[in-house]
This record gives sequence, C-alpha cells and structure tokens, in this order.
Amino acid sequence: MDFNILYHFGRYLMMINDAFSRPEKVRMYYKEMMRQMNDIGVGSLTIVALISVFIGAVTAIQFAYQLDSTLVPMYYIGYIVRDSTIIELAPTITCLVLAGKVGSNIASEIGGMRQKEHIDAMEIMGINTAAYLITPKVLAALVVIPLLVAIAAFVSVTGGYLAVVPSGFLSATDYIQGARSFFEPYNVTIMFVKSVVFAFLLTTVSAYQGYYVTGGSVELGKASTNAVVFSDILILLFDYVIALALT
Amino acid sequence: MIKIVNIYKSFGDNEVLKGITTEFYKGKVNQVIGRSGSGKSVLLKLIVGLLKPTEGEIYYEDVNFLELSGKELRALRMKIGMLFQSSALFDSMTVEQNVSFPLDMFTNMTHKEKLNRVNYCLERVNLEKVNAKYPSEISGGMQKRVGIARAIVLEPEYLFCDEPNSGLDPKTALTIDELIRDITEEKNITTIVNTHDMNSVMEHGDNIVLLHHGQLAWRGHRSEVLASDNEVLQRFIFASPFLERLRKAALQQEKG
Repeated sequence: MDFNILYHFGRYLMMINDAFSRPEKVRMYYKEMMRQMNDIGVGSLTIVALISVFIGAVTAIQFAYQLDSTLVPMYYIGYIVRDSTIIELAPTITCLVLAGKVGSNIASEIGGMRQKEHIDAMEIMGINTAAYLITPKVLAALVVIPLLVAIAAFVSVTGGYLAVVPSGFLSATDYIQGARSFFEPYNVTIMFVKSVVFAFLLTTVSAYQGYYVTGGSVELGKASTNAVVFSDILILLFDYVIALALT
Repeated sequence: MIKIVNIYKSFGDNEVLKGITTEFYKGKVNQVIGRSGSGKSVLLKLIVGLLKPTEGEIYYEDVNFLELSGKELRALRMKIGMLFQSSALFDSMTVEQNVSFPLDMFTNMTHKEKLNRVNYCLERVNLEKVNAKYPSEISGGMQKRVGIARAIVLEPEYLFCDEPNSGLDPKTALTIDELIRDITEEKNITTIVNTHDMNSVMEHGDNIVLLHHGQLAWRGHRSEVLASDNEVLQRFIFASPFLERLRKAALQQEKG
C-alpha cells in the first residue's frame, strides 16, 4: 500500500461523508444494524469477558504483591482495580481486542465483497454502498461496544475479587470496601467517551481498509492486517488525547 | 439508446481507450467484442459509471450521464440491470433474497408482491424450486440465470452483461444467450453484452462493436461478419485455421 497520509485521510473523510448520507431505505439499514449488533456484541462477549476477568485478576494480584508490607491499606487493592479498570483497562484493552476480532472481520467482509464485485453490483443497482455497508456497522458498534466495555469493567473488578479473596490476600469485606471507596462518577464518563471514540475508529478504519482493497487474496490479507494495526495505533493515540483532554 | 462520444480512458501512462464513438440501440443485442486487454470491460465500466472517462461523453437517450448529480445518477441506475462475469450473487443470501434485494431496497411492495415478482423473474429465466438455495449450492449456469433474474427484477431499461458465457459449456452458453435476446426483445430494452464467444456473436450480434488496442476497429451486424474484409475482425472471429476454413466454405456456399 502506498502510504500517503494525506491521500488516505482525505479518502477516509470522503468515505465517512458518503457513509453518513441519507439512506435509501431505513428499514434495510435497521435490519443490517441489528445483525451487526448481534455479531459484534454477542459474538465478542465471551472473549471480552475472558480477557477482562484475567486483567482484573492480574491487576489485583500484582497490587497485592506491591502493597504487601507497606503502610498503604490493603483495601486499596479494590479501589485501584476499580479505577484502573474503569479509566484505562476496560475501554482500551477491550477495544484493542475488538480491533483484532471485529476490525479484521469488517475489513475482510467488505474487502471480499469488493473483490467478488458485490459492491459494484450494489453500486449499479443505485445503492450508496458506503452507507449500506459501513453505517450499520458503525452504529451497531457505537451502541454495543460501550456496553461491552461496561461489562468488561464489571467482570474485571469481579476478576480481581476472585483472585485475591479466595486465595486469602484480602478479605471480601476489604476488597468490597476498596471497590466502593473514593468513587468518582466522572471516571465512568471518561470510560464511555473512550469506548465511543474507539468504537468509531476501529469500525471506520477497518471499513476503509476493506472498502478500497484492490488485487487478490494477498491484498485482502494485508488489508485485514492493516485494519488491526491502524485501528490499534489510533486507539492508543486517541487514548492519550482523551486522557489529556478529560483529566 | 446509449451513445458514447470520443471516449478516452487512461490508467497512469496506459491509455486503454482511445477516442471511441459509437451507439447502442434499443431492443437490440449490442455486443462489444475484442481480444483480452482490448478495453471491453473498461468500456462497460465507463458506461455504467463504475469508472470515469479521462475524456468524452456518454448519453443515455439525451441525458449526459457524466453530468448527473449523485441523486440523478442513483435514479438512473435503478433503470440499469447488470449481469457480472462472476454473477456477483451475495453468498450469504438465498437465491430468493438475492433476486428480491433490489425490491427490498427500492420499493414499498408487500412481502407477497415481492415474492410474486421474484418467482416471475425466476420462472422467466427457467429456474424453479431454487428459492431457498444459496449461490454455492447451484451450478455456474444457474448462477448466471439468477444474476439475470436479479438484473431484470426492477424492469430495467438498460441491461449490461459482462461476458455472460464465460466458464459455461456451449449448450448452457447458448441458453443464456437466447435468454438475453428474448428479454431484450420482449421488454424492448437496450442491451450491451461484452463477449468473446463467437457462437454468441454469430447468432445474436445485432450491433457488433469490435475493439482493438482501445480503438473501434469495426462495427456492424452479424450478417456482415462473414463477408467483411476487415482484417482485425477476421483475425479475431476466425482465429483458428479450422474456423477460417469454415468461413471460406460458408462464403463459397453463399456464392454458389
């Protein structure tokens, strides 16, 4: 791929402009959006839950080890797990994982349609293909990914509990006390802002990679890889920008 | 009728089409023929708007296709049906869903009305009891017929077929050609077929346009092919010594 940032950014913006123009038939977009919500949401629930439970568990164990024999109260473990999860780990790690799972899927699905002339066939029918193929995915992701992130945060805090309480590092009362201490609702706002921005980035960047794919299966594979790589880079970059802007 | 005027198309330094001017008539099977790389597919893509010409004009009746706004272009495209070389059927949809797709997108028909229309189109292309099958479960010839059914479901005024016979056995190819011809005459539509199937050219070419190195090399009716002294045409149509002998024999028979 010829890497000209301005060229790709301009074409990306034009694609977004086409994607968010007026749909031909709202009902068809709604049906497609429901299908995508199922694919992205329900289809990713297991992997997100699995990763989150371990992230929570590892964070709790690591901090239990760090805080051992210090003057910091041990119940802080619950507090640290909760806040690190809500502010950073749940939105960022979940979206990095989804960039791999959902992003590569979107790039290959749309890229495959481009290669099999399905997109040409739709264009000739008079369908706005950018809108029909991309908008339902983006809207579905904007609804479902924040929900997945919220579930990830809850599962992660639970994972921390499961790691430190049964193993005897901390009592259940202490962990729960920590998890309920110094709660700042604004952190949840940050979590949702991040998850919405990341959802938009990972779906549109992946769709862009698939929509403009040329060549054969090798190029489709590259597009799928690029979808994950560029989505991940942008998620990390915007994680930093949002952290600067909102904290 | 579709008219193209002085069409040029380049990809970088590679000039694929060099000033083509021709017309495609209503109610006729218009064929674009030529060797691989002669610019047939590019010409078809320009006419349907999948590519933009470097220079030139394309008219659908009296409307300059290249000057249409996005909205007007989409409205015109609803009058266009296209059969792709690969059929381009949506793999995840059944035959019925594939044919019904344009109706779902552009009409407010009830489910029953859509089903009736889909069944009519499938019957029109001689397909029955395939509604619930997926494209991967039917043969290449059947896929082409489903492609035709999908192309005609919105009753188009213009039908484009990109190499409809490629990959098909001669008998099935003949059936597809006859189907395209029947639909063209029955609905009085403007049909453009990209082909290098000589059976198709000699049987159905009402208006044949021969491209050679991106230029218009010959144009005429199938009845003029045998007697034409255009060298490019003869080298292309009667490419093998066997076909050349057949041509000479046919000419002698005509004279005799």
